[in-house]
Amino acid sequence: MAAAATCGSVAASTGSAVATASKNNVTSFQRRGRRASGTNDSGPRLVSITGTRPSVRNGQLLVSTGLPALDQLLGGGLAVGTVLLIEEDKYNIYSPLLFKYFLAEGIVNGHTLLVASAKEDPANILQELPAPLLDDKCKKEFDEDVYNHKTPESNIKMKIAWRYQLLPKMEIGPVSSSRFGHYYDASKRMPQELIEASNWHGFFLPEKISSTLKVEPCSLTPGYTKLLQFIQNIIYEEGFDGSNPQKKQRNILRIGIQNLGSPLWGDDICCAENGGNSHSLTKFLYVLRGLLRTSLSACIITMPTHLIQNKAIIARVTTLSDIVVGLESFIGSERETNPLYKDYHGLIHIRQIPRLNNLICDESDVKDLAFKLKRKLFTIEAEVQKGVSTATFLLDGPRKKLFPCLFQLLEVACIPWLMASSSVFKASNIGESLCYQLSGFFSASLLHF
Amino acid sequence: MFVELNNLLNTTPDRAEQGKLTLLCDAKTDGSFLVHHFLSFYLKANCKVCFVALIQSFSHYSIVGQKLGVSLTMARERGQLVFLEGLKSAVDVVFQAQKEPHPLQFLREANAGNLKPLFEFVREALKPIDSGEARWTYPVLLVDDLSVLLSLGMGAVAVLDFIHYCRATVCWELKGNMVVLVHDSGDAEDEENDILLNGLSHQSHLILRAEGLATGFCRDVHGQLRILWRRPSQPTVHRDQSFTYQYKIQDKSVSFFAKGMSPAVL
Repeated sequence: MAAAATCGSVAASTGSAVATASKNNVTSFQRRGRRASGTNDSGPRLVSITGTRPSVRNGQLLVSTGLPALDQLLGGGLAVGTVLLIEEDKYNIYSPLLFKYFLAEGIVNGHTLLVASAKEDPANILQELPAPLLDDKCKKEFDEDVYNHKTPESNIKMKIAWRYQLLPKMEIGPVSSSRFGHYYDASKRMPQELIEASNWHGFFLPEKISSTLKVEPCSLTPGYTKLLQFIQNIIYEEGFDGSNPQKKQRNILRIGIQNLGSPLWGDDICCAENGGNSHSLTKFLYVLRGLLRTSLSACIITMPTHLIQNKAIIARVTTLSDIVVGLESFIGSERETNPLYKDYHGLIHIRQIPRLNNLICDESDVKDLAFKLKRKLFTIEAEVQKGVSTATFLLDGPRKKLFPCLFQLLEVACIPWLMASSSVFKASNIGESLCYQLSGFFSASLLHF
Repeated sequence: MFVELNNLLNTTPDRAEQGKLTLLCDAKTDGSFLVHHFLSFYLKANCKVCFVALIQSFSHYSIVGQKLGVSLTMARERGQLVFLEGLKSAVDVVFQAQKEPHPLQFLREANAGNLKPLFEFVREALKPIDSGEARWTYPVLLVDDLSVLLSLGMGAVAVLDFIHYCRATVCWELKGNMVVLVHDSGDAEDEENDILLNGLSHQSHLILRAEGLATGFCRDVHGQLRILWRRPSQPTVHRDQSFTYQYKIQDKSVSFFAKGMSPAVL
């Protein structure tokens, strides 16, 4: 992918991605300092942090979500200092996957992790992370091949293009493992040594709620208060907010909070329509965002919004989060048997993308996105018609809704062309593929029957 | 500030009206570009601005302001801009006990209190300095956005009281302007938000409503802006004028055009 190829060079490029201002003023939303105006370069020049890259649009520091396809849809990645809210699917099957991809990306990049859950012990969550398809494995195989063929190859002398013999051998395989987004194998577990080498903090609510931490009076539910204090402690002690100037090597803190808002956290917005603590969750999100904006951290939250009774709270939570992605799985719904969706496991809705440091944001043009969990990989695709056979099925479809004939003929005429283009994409990409569909409204219209 | 929007509203920084409450409202889209417009507009008009920014950080507004031609850091240094950064202050209030009352004191309280400390902060920020020379033309209060106060536990009535007090002080006593942003939740059945929005709509002189297109997402037309003048200054003018334009946001400006006259379509 072009993005992955250039990111190596971008990560090594000069220009501080995050300006080191004074202690009170560190936010992650500083633009890259210009080299020309060297007047206020008071702080030390920062080494760029592994696993991050500046955004193309405004120099914002981005981290990967663990799914390169999702990164592309979000405009390059998740901005440091923002909250990614995942609205869980109905049976909570696919949202833990996105959660784990995010954490796994943190381990591969060497970021610090903070995992908070009320249901599972964070240590168990980390044991279940997917294994990365690291280049080391591929490189080992590649090296073996080279070794086997090395002797005969070096003996072959180039006859005509003899100058090329003097050039070093080009590496055809993957170059380095410090890419921006990585691919993961969902069927294997992350190797134990990687997990142990990483720096992580766990917050398991049943353990913490019984201990007596110093509790500041606040109107949040005790679970949320404790979690906020825990996060703030970690940020302060490990210097993610710039409070510890001795630390030369900056790092990103990846926070993952699972099932926020569920009754296990002590919140009753999923149980009652007008509970007593209806502001607890929104206050928590607000203060959390305040903490994130003033530190080098990024957060993923999964929330069972389908359980929240009060729609107003969902709207408020959406406003208070930066990026909102909704997952809708087909299990148990009538769409499971719909032939249009037979290759996919669910729909993914990008509900909100923030406009940070900018008037505009990078909205993707493709709005109908579906995901499927293949044997190893989680892929996101634009919904693409499959071919003439599907079109003929639709022509005498089971519901027999009226459809203008000319419209359908037009679609049938276009579809082989679309099928050709999508197959080209599928053949060239091993991992996920994002097929851009020029006539996007065709798919939208086909869905409405 | 966006020059095209100035033309539509028939104002310039030099001859803007005083004593007005402008309500910014967005439904199904992001209306924050209007906040950036008014912030740069009033800074260019040499007004003393108190900005209660509850939803984004200072550097966000600063970077966009640079694109629009104003420097927020310089304005803050020379005293023209008083900036309350809600996110940062909330962290201070929640984690450390404050000695003197903080504008966001209500975050520590369990029951819905009132916004009196916030009002005191605004009044303190905008009160005229008795140094003799008039450096700034008139005071302006900008709030982005009021719906967040509802999410933080305030009741709609408390927020309306706050606006009423601010209007009495800023608009009537100090002859300044106020600009507030409220989200319209549409069909999310947010009753408190509807009360707040209706109450403010009746009090305001100018309503700018940014709506998403009814047909959905479009790359060339980002939304529709409805401008509604209430209580026009000249009684001879036809009451409650309303105009609708469609807009497209670009990197440094916003272009407005009549409905259906988008350059992409023509």
